[in-house]
Amino acid sequence: MIPAKRLKQGPIAGITDAGYRSRFELKATYVSVFSMSCGPWQDGECLARSEETQGTTRVLSENAGTITTAEPTIEKETRSEEELDLPWYVVVHNDPVNLMSYVTMVFQRVFGYPREKAERHMLEVHHKGRSVLWSGMRERAELYVQQLHGYLLLATLEKAG
Amino acid sequence: MEICQRKGVIEISELDPFLSELLRQIPASANPGGAPAAEQRLFSRPITGRESEICAEWKTYVEPELRRLFQTATQTVAADLEQLNGNEKSFANRTLRIPSKHADAWLSALNQARLVIAAKNNFTENELNDHFRSPIGSRRDLSLFQVNFYGFLQEFILREMWSD
Repeated sequence: MIPAKRLKQGPIAGITDAGYRSRFELKATYVSVFSMSCGPWQDGECLARSEETQGTTRVLSENAGTITTAEPTIEKETRSEEELDLPWYVVVHNDPVNLMSYVTMVFQRVFGYPREKAERHMLEVHHKGRSVLWSGMRERAELYVQQLHGYLLLATLEKAG
Repeated sequence: MEICQRKGVIEISELDPFLSELLRQIPASANPGGAPAAEQRLFSRPITGRESEICAEWKTYVEPELRRLFQTATQTVAADLEQLNGNEKSFANRTLRIPSKHADAWLSALNQARLVIAAKNNFTENELNDHFRSPIGSRRDLSLFQVNFYGFLQEFILREMWSD
């Protein structure tokens, strides 16, 4: 059994020969956080452990050497591609043929809006020529536009900005 | 003409031959028939500006679905309108009974017909708001009357749906 021993800090990045152990220190510029308190295990003994010194974490291993990384940071949940795509607008345009009551009903059905809200949007379409009915992910916006076209409303997708 | 709803049926009674004929024309009127303006109105672009990729996908995947949806509605309406076929009472007032469960199909077919007629005739907003224009005159006047008559039926169906 070879207990994990604390090694002296070597070069920031490089490999040094320390007898039967090799030592590798890496200064990461991009930190992908991993958690390793102890491991891997062999015959009930831990072959590697981590230690923290002045903002760096060093993983010490008899066999694999030492990996030093910057202080682990809690990885922030990154935005998904869909979120990065935000927002897409669902816009309904004025149309002299469709009845106001019909348009109101469609807004209620497609978006589940209460009648008052649906009527507000309908009047906005009527008076201003267009109304943004919804904003969000592209896929869902496309689905809404498809539904609105199914009801024969003039609806388009618009990317913000 | 009288229109009312009772026991799950929308009943249009006292239909004179002229209005019966206009009703019979709903499925045919809903057909864009190769008129580009009508075709573009029924299958409008999903996006403004240059997003050719989205438009191409839309044409491939969504338009066929919409065509099927519209066709199903007009077929339902055409089947209901068969009540008005036959010559034995051609000059008598008729009654048309529409099952309430067909209300959505009727709303769609009436809307298709109104949009197609309006697109083919290139009606202005002022013309469309002129509800008192006589249908007796030009073919255009008759088309405008048709649009307004179908709109009236839509309004009635909608009102009945709200009241449910």
